[in-house]
Amino acid sequence: MAVDYATLKKGGFMRQKQKNYFSLRLRVVGGNVTAKQLAKIAMVSEQYGKGYVHLTSRQSVEIPFIKLEQIDEVKNALAQGDVEPGVCGPRVRTITACQGAAICPSGCIDTYTLAKKLDERYFARELPHKFKFGITGCQNNCLKAEENDVGIKGGIRVKWIPDSCIGCGVCVKACRSGAIAMEEGKIKVDQDRCNFCGRCTKACPADAYEETHGYIVSFGGLFGNSISTGETVIPLIEDEDALFRVCDAAIQFFEENANAGERLKFTIDRIGWEKFKTVIKEAYEG
Amino acid sequence: MSEIKVDDTVDITDVVCPVTFVKAKVALEELEEGEVLSIRMNEGEPVQNVPRSIKDEGHQILKLIDREDGTYDLLVRKTGS
Repeated sequence: MAVDYATLKKGGFMRQKQKNYFSLRLRVVGGNVTAKQLAKIAMVSEQYGKGYVHLTSRQSVEIPFIKLEQIDEVKNALAQGDVEPGVCGPRVRTITACQGAAICPSGCIDTYTLAKKLDERYFARELPHKFKFGITGCQNNCLKAEENDVGIKGGIRVKWIPDSCIGCGVCVKACRSGAIAMEEGKIKVDQDRCNFCGRCTKACPADAYEETHGYIVSFGGLFGNSISTGETVIPLIEDEDALFRVCDAAIQFFEENANAGERLKFTIDRIGWEKFKTVIKEAYEG
Repeated sequence: MSEIKVDDTVDITDVVCPVTFVKAKVALEELEEGEVLSIRMNEGEPVQNVPRSIKDEGHQILKLIDREDGTYDLLVRKTGS
């Protein structure tokens, strides 16, 4: 039987220790899987695997013990449940996301919608090495944005609205950065200390803050053999077009400069952070 | 601001998150709509989070009083059922 080597090469089929068996990685976006997909995954794991799945560290699902000769059959069965194989190897990997503003009270951005857009734009794009995007809705950072090559974190820039304020002082206490002070009934926000967490405006009982939602983007994160925290270049990116320009620029920088098997962090270290920052700032300014 | 009439009080300084919010929520449920509950809470995590959770439930926050002993009284008007 013919084996679809093109699919195998993309790496959704993870070779197992057991000869001729693969752990089949599935395409998941932003950590959401539909009931229809789950039902099909359950069916396939029972019929072709060993009746269980593995949840990966990056929100994917793998079905272990798929036989090499049944790859096409399994792919077709999964397609009926809107399930596709995922990827591994030197390309853009699963776009991970927390539940974000659509579900979570702490969320500052709609992480799932953004994950879908990034998935459409970049998923499986061939690059010199693996490239990971992770999206987290707020400073609680449940999704660990900075461990990704590009990490995106939701934030809110606030501006006090004096006429709406009842002077309760809740925001002063809600702020964990010591950025808010109340003097003679007036609120002062120290923009240099503000980390855009949005706790002040979320706690405010009087809607006395004007909110600008945006993205805090970090670059060069790693959490494998080497560990490194991604770094932010622009404090808060306030519109989505600018976010995509910046992501495009980071990927292009990586594509043009990386050696094979080199993660973004090491490419930036080798070429120079100042050069990288210039590229990102130029993309941000359009 | 004129003096607010407090109908009931609850002390949540003896519990930690997430029971802080639960205890406050249970106390609010005992009240009639429009009545005011004074919730005593500790500095730090409770005062950072409890007011927001109460707001998310739809109640009206009236005032946060700093007792200057590491505790705060949050005055909340019960809204909705």
